[in-house]
Amino acid sequence: MTPVQAIIAKEIRCYFVSPIVYVVGGVFLLAFGLLAESLVTAIGAYAIQMMQMQGGSAQVNLNELVFRNLFSGSRLILLLILPILSMRLFSEERKLRTFELLLTSPVRISELIAGKFISVCLIYFGMLTLTGIVPLVLALFSDFDWYPVLTGYLALALLGSLFLATGTFASALSENQIVSALLGVGILFVFWLLGFLGSLLGDTTMGHIMSSISFMEHYDRLVSGLIDTSDLLYFASGLALMLFLTHQVIDSARWK
Amino acid sequence: MIDVQNITKRYGHHTAIDRVTFSVAKGEVLAFLGPNGAGKTTTMRILTCFMPATEGSAHVDGFDCAAQPMEVKRRIGYLPETPPIYQELTVTEYLTFVGQLRGINGPNLTSALDQSISRLELGSVRHRLIGNLSRGYRQRVGLAQALLHNPPVLILDEPTVGLDPKQIIEIRELIKSLAGSHSVILSTHILPEATAVCQRVVIISEGRIVAEDTPEQLSARLRQSEKVSVTLKSPPKDCETTLRGIPGVLNVFPGQSDGTFLIECTLGRDLRDDIAQCIVSNQWGLLELRTISMTLEDVFLRFTRHENGLPQSVEVAAS
Repeated sequence: MTPVQAIIAKEIRCYFVSPIVYVVGGVFLLAFGLLAESLVTAIGAYAIQMMQMQGGSAQVNLNELVFRNLFSGSRLILLLILPILSMRLFSEERKLRTFELLLTSPVRISELIAGKFISVCLIYFGMLTLTGIVPLVLALFSDFDWYPVLTGYLALALLGSLFLATGTFASALSENQIVSALLGVGILFVFWLLGFLGSLLGDTTMGHIMSSISFMEHYDRLVSGLIDTSDLLYFASGLALMLFLTHQVIDSARWK
Repeated sequence: MIDVQNITKRYGHHTAIDRVTFSVAKGEVLAFLGPNGAGKTTTMRILTCFMPATEGSAHVDGFDCAAQPMEVKRRIGYLPETPPIYQELTVTEYLTFVGQLRGINGPNLTSALDQSISRLELGSVRHRLIGNLSRGYRQRVGLAQALLHNPPVLILDEPTVGLDPKQIIEIRELIKSLAGSHSVILSTHILPEATAVCQRVVIISEGRIVAEDTPEQLSARLRQSEKVSVTLKSPPKDCETTLRGIPGVLNVFPGQSDGTFLIECTLGRDLRDDIAQCIVSNQWGLLELRTISMTLEDVFLRFTRHENGLPQSVEVAAS
């Protein structure tokens, strides 16, 4: 087992013996499920209305009306809960003084970050897999196009990874887990606002800059079923930037 | 094995350690003595590559701590002040994780694990969560972690803190048994520990090394005179003057309690017989007569109180 694998195994083990995975996972699945349920109910009512008006069977587009809204709505859930999942990664090590063990072991800081980041991503992907029950159940009773659903999941995975990388960075900044979580949510919220302002400013240079910095527009494009290299590149570089910043923070903390 | 040359560590304007230079030979056990905040932990953290020094260089087994940290880290076992343990893991899981971090795998890991568990007598708790263990056990788990990969250099920051007297003796025995095959640096507040375990003592105060020698040599260096304490039943007022009249007596001070006097004598001369005869012939009532030797504790206090480390006269309290 390489040191990175050892760190991943240890992190996952620590996650599952602490209540955090169960609480965060439970809240996420509950919120996702409730959102899906309310969307499907609303669509059901809409379909009945359509049938009464047209006097026949009505075709409702589940992709447009359910999945797109479901994936768009999940953004906020992720923004609020993922920094809670990642807050312990470095804060706890520093608080418990186990950081000294990690930094005096023959392990590079990059390996340390990789191990921790991959472990929290795996947990998040696990949570995401469990939400797969929603499209599977819907597929039993209706017909929809799987392709945008899969790109939606890709978008969720990428967005979640970016959020977790931001959370990891926030975790490296503070010894206090609550502060780390709030910092993570705060940073993500600023990017959210940038996207919002960008769409308000519309077709101006400033508007374009803000929109392209924020994750909103890139995420929306993926959710709509459009896989654009520039969006993939956005997530990849955002992730790399956050992990690089984490590296810098940890490395510079040694000098203080 | 360990060679530290003029290392300085500054935190902003505060200098934590100032031009510290020392070395540790292979198989030697060196004690770091000093009051809290003296710079012991900082020095250890630099040696373990946890933090870089502002100036100066440190080498472990010929590798530079700043330039080749990976090589240095592979050769060091480190027990920080607070044992770096994960409460949610069992002893075995924790030691397995530490072993894997150090690149030990497969059968090597199993044998290293068994060896270190039996060395620190952790067999009975190996499957228990560390969070449920007593402080003494946690400290031993921390030590097991440092010894796991059988490193040539061990750096132990206050290894016996939180242990009961029996465990303290066991750990000291363990450290003694490591001498010869391992180079050990340990920091401690407990002075008898340094005398019991170490061949050499470095006293550090306010970031500077103020003394470095064997425990015996250190006390000998500071002892510029022999001291005798006497307790008399009925001392007359002029007894101090009479005692000063004995050839070889340098000075006489009144002690802490009534009738007790401290007599400072020329180094190398045993004047107990002369003093006793003088007291008996004057019929002052000799209740007690004993020599006072300097303990490492006195040495430590002298060095850390006087920064220059060159006390003019040693006045050991009669305590």
